[in-house]
Amino acid sequence: MTKLPTHTDKKLGLVIDLDTCVGCHACVIACKGWNTENYGAPLSDQDPYGADPSGTFLNRVHSYEVQPSPSDAVPAPTAQLIHFPKSCLHCDDAPCVTVCPTGASYKRVEDGIVLVNESDCIGCGLCAWACPYGAREMDAAAGVMKKCTLCVDRIYNENLPEEDREPACVRTCPSNARHFGDFADPDSNVSILTASRGGMDLMPELGTRPVNKYLPPRPKDAPVDILAPFLDPVADNPKGFLGWLDKALTAMPGGTK
Amino acid sequence: MPKDQPEFDTSPFVSDEIRKTTCYMCACRCGINVHMKGGKVAYIEGNKDHPVNRGVLCAKGSAGIMQHNAPSRLRKPLKRVGERGEGKFEEIEWAEAYDIAEGWLRPLRETAPEKLAFFTGRDQSQSFTSFWAQGFGTPNYAAHGGFCSVNMAAAGIYTMGGAFWEFGQPDWDRTKLFMLFGVAEDHDSNPIKMGIAKVKERGARMIGVNPIRSGYNAVADDWVGITPGTDGLFIMALIYELFRAGKIDLDYLAHFTNASVLLNGDPKSDQCGLFLRDDDGNPQVIDRRTGHLAPWNGAGVEPDLNGTYRRAGVTHAPAFHKMAERFMDPTYAPNKVADRTGIAAERIRAIAADLARVAFDEAIEVDQEWTDFRGKVHPKMIGRPVSFHAMRGISAHSNGFQTCRALHTLQIILGSVETPGGMRFKPPYPKPATAHPKPHHGYKAGQALDGPHLGYPQGPEDLCLQLDGTASRIDKAFTWENPMSVHGLMHMVISNAHAGDPYKIDTLFMYMANMSWNSSMNTSGVMDMLRDKDENGDYVIPHIIYSDAYSSEMVAFADLILPDTTYLERHDCISLLDRPICEADAVADAIRWPVVEPDRDVKGFQSALCDLGARLGLPGFVNDDGSQKYADYADYITNHIRRPGIGPLAGWRMGDTGTQHGRGDANEAQLDSYIANGGFWMEHLPKAASFYKPFSKAYQDWAVKKGFYDSPQPYIFQLYVEPMRRFQLAAEGHGPVQPPKHLRERTKVLMDPLPFWYAPMSDATSDPVEFNVHALTQRPMAMYHSWGSQNAWLRQLHGHNPLYVPTKIWEQHGFTDGDWARVTSPTGEITVPVAHMAALNENTVWTWNAIGKRKGAWALSNDAPEATKGFLLNHLIHELLPEKDDGMRWANSDPITGQAAWFDLRVKIEKSVAPAESQPVTPAQNAPVPNGPDALAWKVGK
Repeated sequence: MTKLPTHTDKKLGLVIDLDTCVGCHACVIACKGWNTENYGAPLSDQDPYGADPSGTFLNRVHSYEVQPSPSDAVPAPTAQLIHFPKSCLHCDDAPCVTVCPTGASYKRVEDGIVLVNESDCIGCGLCAWACPYGAREMDAAAGVMKKCTLCVDRIYNENLPEEDREPACVRTCPSNARHFGDFADPDSNVSILTASRGGMDLMPELGTRPVNKYLPPRPKDAPVDILAPFLDPVADNPKGFLGWLDKALTAMPGGTK
Repeated sequence: MPKDQPEFDTSPFVSDEIRKTTCYMCACRCGINVHMKGGKVAYIEGNKDHPVNRGVLCAKGSAGIMQHNAPSRLRKPLKRVGERGEGKFEEIEWAEAYDIAEGWLRPLRETAPEKLAFFTGRDQSQSFTSFWAQGFGTPNYAAHGGFCSVNMAAAGIYTMGGAFWEFGQPDWDRTKLFMLFGVAEDHDSNPIKMGIAKVKERGARMIGVNPIRSGYNAVADDWVGITPGTDGLFIMALIYELFRAGKIDLDYLAHFTNASVLLNGDPKSDQCGLFLRDDDGNPQVIDRRTGHLAPWNGAGVEPDLNGTYRRAGVTHAPAFHKMAERFMDPTYAPNKVADRTGIAAERIRAIAADLARVAFDEAIEVDQEWTDFRGKVHPKMIGRPVSFHAMRGISAHSNGFQTCRALHTLQIILGSVETPGGMRFKPPYPKPATAHPKPHHGYKAGQALDGPHLGYPQGPEDLCLQLDGTASRIDKAFTWENPMSVHGLMHMVISNAHAGDPYKIDTLFMYMANMSWNSSMNTSGVMDMLRDKDENGDYVIPHIIYSDAYSSEMVAFADLILPDTTYLERHDCISLLDRPICEADAVADAIRWPVVEPDRDVKGFQSALCDLGARLGLPGFVNDDGSQKYADYADYITNHIRRPGIGPLAGWRMGDTGTQHGRGDANEAQLDSYIANGGFWMEHLPKAASFYKPFSKAYQDWAVKKGFYDSPQPYIFQLYVEPMRRFQLAAEGHGPVQPPKHLRERTKVLMDPLPFWYAPMSDATSDPVEFNVHALTQRPMAMYHSWGSQNAWLRQLHGHNPLYVPTKIWEQHGFTDGDWARVTSPTGEITVPVAHMAALNENTVWTWNAIGKRKGAWALSNDAPEATKGFLLNHLIHELLPEKDDGMRWANSDPITGQAAWFDLRVKIEKSVAPAESQPVTPAQNAPVPNGPDALAWKVGK
């Protein structure tokens, strides 16, 4: 058993905007690239050119189709496709930490990031079983548990320009669907976004108190408003239209007729 | 820190050095930072200063490291030793490779240069490769535009001097309503995603028009799941609504379009329907100040949209009158098009009302004075904040040209092109069709071609026809079958060469185009053509030279392989002479440079062409003494002068007092300056030139200064395309160059100078009752054709491509997960795995393009899912339509531009027992490279 801190100074995490995520996987691969080269063991790939390629990814994008139920107003609603990026949510009550038999999994007091100390990890896999989000992946080559580090080796890294001290997935996201910041600060970008857009916890009923928040997609496919005015014809045929045109041109600035 | 928290360094070493170059994982051309450790590529991220991507990078770009390290990289020049298609090769030295190529090419150049067909696929150096082909003297050159999106490009250039992507972009910062037509997920990768994010951040609305609701369409506020091939009908219905309601920008139409230009109204004249011109050849308008004729561009002229001119008993009316007739044709009433488009009439009317409301009731102003080409000073810039973007989905149909024309017409009648909130051109565009070259096809033994191959015909005299009326070009571009085929027809080259129609060729020379696989229609047929032999046992297409960096399917069919480098090992220029990377507010160009040197015996293809050009003594590639002019491509990029003061790169040219931008002499240190500046050059437009570029004095003057053209060339948008009327006149029996009898009626109808909608051509031969399902492909955002799909990281995202089936068809056939379907078109059959998708037009199926691989290609194992379950829809699409009553077979292409009509495909679907593998199965090819490793853990640092 490993203990969670009772309090963290900061609560660093991500806001993921499901309204703008187009499902491009840019975050997935930027994460793969940075974390293969950096923190701990590289993210390996088994059978990378074969029948069943399978590698370690700390962040994956899932796509779900949603079929809204028919209603009187919308008898045949249009199906929607939601792209859903998922990585460690750096929970306040992280079950992956408390289940760890060696103390390898821990939540940092200073910023709330959940990390694995690979030198203490015995690769038992209990934490992956405990995580209800499926956010941890055992690296088959290294035999240690890998997970999102919130790019702890970028966000404080003095070898990077200040503007680059953010997670690789946030830096690369082309559709601005990922935001990084401190949820403990009510005035931070992530707190403001969460408040203004109704940011939600993923599966709050599990009591894990995830730090990362998801912004829901805005309502889509408003039914055609039968009370909204359509365009009124000025004429029904070209001849009538050209008659209207004469009047319209005369009324315009510079009209001389 | 608590005592049980481990200590570690949160500021680890990142890299020795960042080398900034340009991505090539797709055609987007983003700036990248390549982090180096110990001379090796450690990490790739976006370049924050770069105009295209501003630091962001897509999955392909970030996976570039796996592309650079791919086991499928070719290693050495190869000579075929087995039969074509087997993939048996022996490695040879470059000197031998050049000897072989020269041995084939020199006699051709000396006797019959047209017997070389040189086509360059996804080439990003077309201004260079076309220059080489021109020097060789063959008329047979083009890149891949004909099978990509030439309809979009041609319709845009002919209508308004530019289309989308390289040519223009929505005004992302100001638009309030953004409508996206037929854009596949991958298109213009990062800029579109960044733009959509901006639109959404401002709370603006986005409407997606696409049969498939994935990618960008998945995040659209409203999705219009249109029936494929009917976009033009939908757009015409929107225009119909706007015209009838008078919700059109009359002031803009009068001043900045040829709606006000008078058309010759004399039905007996051979000029009927052409512009009424003055003695200097200027199209004329009625000046509202005087009521008299005036040239369109006369100082202070106020063109009248409604003023007619009567002479010798004939009334000449402005083009606007014809537009009113066409656009108010009740055929296009929303209730008439609803069934066919699959969009309810109320919905069409509501969208038209929204467009009108945003364009006119929510107009915006930019507080910036500007002066137009007639000398009129406008105190403000008035914006119609409605914007559009479109690409292959509306383009790759046989009615695509007129559909794209309709879309541009919609933009223009709303006054939303080159105005704030609408669409903005990217310098050096806009550039009207008349400012582009015309096509050239004059070839003679031992001489250079008489001009650039590709261009914009202005009438029948500009077609590439021999005296006997046969095609000059092997792809039959610029003939009556497709008169405005401005990008050529790469998809017809192999079948025409095989048929010897219009003539036999000797050598097929290709670059970066997987023509024996995903880039050809009728893939199995094309493979047969490539390996077919004549009665003497010789190949019907005698020689094939191919250049590629990877062990692709096309490699197996070549006789000689010139191995190319990866994109991190090469020089390139993303040139203003080619397909530039500019933004609406800035002109820019960029380079690639070898951030690592190749560890194989390979050479950038362009450098190989410098060598080969010198061996053959091609003009432009040798000095006066016959010695080699350019040592390699970098030398060419630096020292080539296209016209006085203008070279491939516009930044850091040499002036009298030091370096300068735009015009100037060659500068030996130019590439170093680019490298020092992050791999690109950029210069912003003056504020007064931000909008109204074709009409703005400030923009025109700036463009001349930068060297885009040599004198100001203002123009007005061509809603009425006069060159098309010239082709129609010829079909009506006028002029020296007239269409053959069997194409006369078709030419009269199709070459309409105003947009209209007609059903896709293959609907006439594919029984819509039997073949009642539309079938499409698109590329995933994270992959780009075969180019990236052997990438170890990306293939874990998209290694499978089922056929996605909508709910109605899924239930009709009782499909369940894991089922297979037999899919039949009038010309082919495949058996493939299916998957259900609800967010899809109810009569449309689709799959990812080019996930399917031939066994043995790309260093994948033979049991890779791409090679067992992956498939190509291409087998169902023939390059020719079935025989008509007259025994003729027409190309499966747009009859105006030759654009490959990929998306016209109709199929029928039946449930099938599951075969062992997707059908048809192509036997494995041998590979000149070993299979990839069993595991990867690619960490280059300690």
